[in-house]
Amino acid sequence: MIPATFDYHRATSVDDAIRLLGEHGDDAKLLAGGHSLIPMMKLRLSTPSVLVDIGGIPQLDAIDASGGRISIGALAKHAALAASDALKKSAPVLWDAANDLGDPQVRNRGTIGGASAHGDPSADYPAVLQALDASFTLAGKDGTRELKASDFFQGMFETALGAHEVLTKIAFDAAPSSAYVKFHHPASHYAVVGVAAVLTMSGGTIESARIAVTGIGDSAFRASGVESALKGIKPGDVDALKAACAGVARSVTARSDTFASAAYRSAMADVFAARAVAKAATPRS
Amino acid sequence: MAFTTMVGARIRRREDPRLITGRATYVDDVRQVNTCYAAFVRSPHGHAKIVSIDVADAKADPHVAGVWTGDDIHHAHNLKSSLPVAHKMGALGLKTPPHYILALDEVRFVGEAVAVVIADSPYTARDAAEKIVVEYAPLGVVVDPIKAEAGPPFVHEELGTNVAFTMPFKAGDPDLAFHTADVIVKQRIVNQRVAPVPIEPRSMVANWDAGMQQLTIYSATQIPHLLRTQLAVVLGLPENKIRVIAPEVGGGFGAKLNVYAEEALICWVAMQLGRPVKYIETRSECFQAMIHGRDQVDDIEVAAKNDGTITALRLKITANLGAYHQLLTPVIPTLTLLMAHGCYRFENIEAEVVGVFTNTMSTDAYRGAGRPEATFFIERAIDMVALKLGLDPVAVRRKNFIANASFPHTTATGLTYDSGDYETTMDKALKLVDYDGLRKQQADLRKQGRFLGIGVSTYVEVCGMGPSAAMPAAGWDSATIRVEPTGSITVLTGVSPHGQGEETTFAQIVADELGVPIDNVTVVHGDTDRVQYGVGTFGSRGTAVGGSALKLAIETIQAKAVKIAAHQWEANADDVEYKNGKIGVKGDPSKSMTTPEAGFLAFMGDNLPPGLEPGLDATRRFEPPNFVFPFGTHVCVVEVDAQSGEVKVVKYLAVDDCGRLLNPMIVEGQVHGGIAQGLSQALFEEVIYDDNGQLLTGTLMDYAIPHAEQVPHYELDHTVTGTTVNPLGIKGIGEAGTIGSTPAVANAVIDALAPFGVVHIDMPLRPEKLWAAMQAKNGSAT
Amino acid sequence: MQIDLTVNGKPATLDVEPRLLLAHALRDFLNLTGTHIGCDTSSCGACTVLLDGVSVKSCTVFAVQASGHEVTTIEGIGTAESLHPMQEAFWTAHGLQCGYCTTGMIVSAVDLLQRNANPSDDEIRAGLEGNLCRCTGYENIVKSVRAAGKAMRDHTERHSVNDLMPMHPPAEEPPPSGEGIIPPFLQEAHT
Repeated sequence: MIPATFDYHRATSVDDAIRLLGEHGDDAKLLAGGHSLIPMMKLRLSTPSVLVDIGGIPQLDAIDASGGRISIGALAKHAALAASDALKKSAPVLWDAANDLGDPQVRNRGTIGGASAHGDPSADYPAVLQALDASFTLAGKDGTRELKASDFFQGMFETALGAHEVLTKIAFDAAPSSAYVKFHHPASHYAVVGVAAVLTMSGGTIESARIAVTGIGDSAFRASGVESALKGIKPGDVDALKAACAGVARSVTARSDTFASAAYRSAMADVFAARAVAKAATPRS
Repeated sequence: MAFTTMVGARIRRREDPRLITGRATYVDDVRQVNTCYAAFVRSPHGHAKIVSIDVADAKADPHVAGVWTGDDIHHAHNLKSSLPVAHKMGALGLKTPPHYILALDEVRFVGEAVAVVIADSPYTARDAAEKIVVEYAPLGVVVDPIKAEAGPPFVHEELGTNVAFTMPFKAGDPDLAFHTADVIVKQRIVNQRVAPVPIEPRSMVANWDAGMQQLTIYSATQIPHLLRTQLAVVLGLPENKIRVIAPEVGGGFGAKLNVYAEEALICWVAMQLGRPVKYIETRSECFQAMIHGRDQVDDIEVAAKNDGTITALRLKITANLGAYHQLLTPVIPTLTLLMAHGCYRFENIEAEVVGVFTNTMSTDAYRGAGRPEATFFIERAIDMVALKLGLDPVAVRRKNFIANASFPHTTATGLTYDSGDYETTMDKALKLVDYDGLRKQQADLRKQGRFLGIGVSTYVEVCGMGPSAAMPAAGWDSATIRVEPTGSITVLTGVSPHGQGEETTFAQIVADELGVPIDNVTVVHGDTDRVQYGVGTFGSRGTAVGGSALKLAIETIQAKAVKIAAHQWEANADDVEYKNGKIGVKGDPSKSMTTPEAGFLAFMGDNLPPGLEPGLDATRRFEPPNFVFPFGTHVCVVEVDAQSGEVKVVKYLAVDDCGRLLNPMIVEGQVHGGIAQGLSQALFEEVIYDDNGQLLTGTLMDYAIPHAEQVPHYELDHTVTGTTVNPLGIKGIGEAGTIGSTPAVANAVIDALAPFGVVHIDMPLRPEKLWAAMQAKNGSAT
Repeated sequence: MQIDLTVNGKPATLDVEPRLLLAHALRDFLNLTGTHIGCDTSSCGACTVLLDGVSVKSCTVFAVQASGHEVTTIEGIGTAESLHPMQEAFWTAHGLQCGYCTTGMIVSAVDLLQRNANPSDDEIRAGLEGNLCRCTGYENIVKSVRAAGKAMRDHTERHSVNDLMPMHPPAEEPPPSGEGIIPPFLQEAHT
């Protein structure tokens, strides 16, 4: 309940944050909304000696979801994404996840950048952002670099974010036929299984699909086998959809916990993949 | 009580204004100058020898006022007392190993307190606790009660067994009944361990006044007086030098009906330091070291006739007691045996209750406390008999109900059910849910591959705890009424409400009976220096027993007021009476006096009948002649998702009978909360220790108590069957919802899976278990 | 380090450790003990306050993060003299029992109605998923929020506790005995 002591610095800009990280070395951590980090610090599972608060950096929470390329500042709060009608039209998969994540207070405070950088294996965004094939902008002292989502998420609580880097922006192409569905853990609200589906439809048929799954293994992953199997399927054909989604988690070693065994998790991945595809193919009101 | 304006009405609660505005004082809100704060070092092992404890760094911390270990307290300071266990089970040879307030040489469950640090803030206390290094030598661990019964390893090596007691029981001729049975149903039913989770964790602050030689402890407790008595014993202090205050208490559910090591320790430390010492546990500590509930393995065997008549029950209750006895630990499973009948009339029972120690936190009273387990297995058994015989479960219940004419009904286990009308309650519930329509809908949906389940539970429970003769320690309760000179009325109640609303219901009773505005009545509770001894709030007894004591006190006040009025009027006291809350003369409407007027005369003292003492107050105690037995029918309708096993509760209806309703709004609230907790046991909750004794469900991220989206809307109705056990004609309602709901939900879920050949699945009915049951059948079909 | 907050409309300057949680700053530095703490995993919501007008769990915010911002606690939502319609609705609909989760629940419910003035029962349940109650089974909490929503849409005025207490039931005859705390006969006796 009581975090260990640390020094606190408020960054005024991204450059200022990078400078502070450089000054304080590897024991420094970034603090955005704090909803991934502070719970860990309270249980003393994380004991950084320096926190660099980037929560007040201006303009880093901008959401531009109006055009064909959508850009989201790392400090955009879940609640802001959840309230964006433009996002609901252009990338409902992310809108779904933002609405279904945590609870209202968590959504009011937590940020897409913070949740992504945490790399939780049961978090929603890692699947959503991989299905969107999003690119991540990371700023460091030598400038910025861009990484694909599938390269950013590296493993359990591991991302490609360097110790002295700041995640500033996440961008992806509009994906109007997309959806995220989730099997909630009854206590934590995290995903026992979460499946993000991004479809390109041609008439009533799936032309191409990107499917990503979270909650199953050490990290969210793309299900390329199912993606190819979905090509040419009509989502209304329940049996064909079910067959195409079968074995969606085949490539990963599933985790077991007190709520769901590995076998059940894998089986539910199939079920929720089919639900996600069906939902993605259904126009939103 | 024919005249009534308050009793029976939906009066807004008088405790609420302070609660809704954040002005109430819970223990953590108590502010005392110079307070210091405790943090504990707790065992990370299920069972281990303590090899060494290095406290040097912690002691050297400038923020630290003191550090103590079990050695310091029990050896150096020679505080040998063990924590109390209240029971009347000596004849059963109950084993009561010592339970020290800090672990001495050995730890026996994860979370057992090993050392305490006192520092100048909660933050520095935690920091210093992190500096203590404990070396352990792990010992063999057992967490499963069935394995523990077979043992070793032994939780208490010196006992040479994990069995704390064995209680055999036999009534009638069960062998003959089984020999002549048409069908026998046999099932192991695991009633899983659950955590009470009051939203306010255990909280306490103690202070020692060296001048007055008085100890004061504010504790989040349901039993301030019993706690005082036990602290006197454990600490070796005169009881009249201890004051226990239960200020606002944030939920108890039985978990605060206890005497915890931490409570005794904080008092002792406050005495050493001469400063107030506060300890507010974290939720993680609460999961480890607050009592758990349930945790029984119930092996049942039921004999029945082809027409559904139940003839006999064989039962073995294996109760997981945990590592030590807490206050009532061994008593709980014996209540299960007492209620093994449910509301059915069979007379042949053979049973055995075995209580075993394991390397887990103690189990003890959790809302329902022993009775939910009984209701669960007998209500499941009825459904299993019905399934086996191809009968409707409602018909089997109807066949076996104790008939109205046989009340008061003495059961084979020796209880006397005061009153009941089980069939009327059930019929009302079935009509309200349209049971026949639901069965038809179920059949239709099954054809579409959708799985609706309908669960019925007809429960009776024992509460209003209880006659002193049948209680581990004292079953009466007390009330004082003081008519103050200026006309306001103070009620001092021995019960200790913490959400049940007696500040309101008791004021309602007084307002009606003594004819004063409810605003003029204040109900005081939870302070041993203000209130006469009382037993406390638990076992659905607060109003049934405490309210009955209040009724007796009202009668005493009225009798005296009548004498005072008669003297004023120079009337014969026999002609003077209370009517509609006022004192008057029979047949003479011109004479009228209020209770405050009589009270003022009693205070002035200059015009009283000869021999009558001044003052208008009374203290009375109510000793209940029996328990009370509320009952009802709960119906739950669920749909199980065929692909995932997820359960959606489609409908929930309860018809309960707790006698007369003093404040229907409060009664309904008790039922709502009870249903939620029982439903949650059926679907979500389970405390899980792994084989090494590690607690896998130690936070609210792992252990699910439901939020608003996870529970349904509840429809409620009631019937009213009186009781003569108490002068109010009421039965307790605090636990009934929890007792009735769990089997209704489980029966519904299992009924939904009947097409898959499912007979029983143990709780919690997690989606995976249901999915696996459906897969097994699908697999065998192909 | 020094932080500057605005709490319930009043400025507050505190000297705190960076690790101090906002919940503790409110309770232990400002004595606003209506904000309760019920868990250590940001699960229960008992500590909910409004930060710049939206609900947050104050146990998961460092006080330093709130510097320069506005905090509203239950004490700032309404008082006994001027109850917020949400408080009145919780009282009238019996939306609380032990009261421990209630203050955070009320703050969350106030935020819920800010975002959705006329929520369905399902929307109310979803909107309160960040707050745990172990007493009420949520039935009367949903009812309370529904009633408060109606009162706020109808622009019902705030009431004082004293105007509302008690809610007398319909009586066949007027309540017996005197009006005030000190009965008239007694006042006469003193004169």
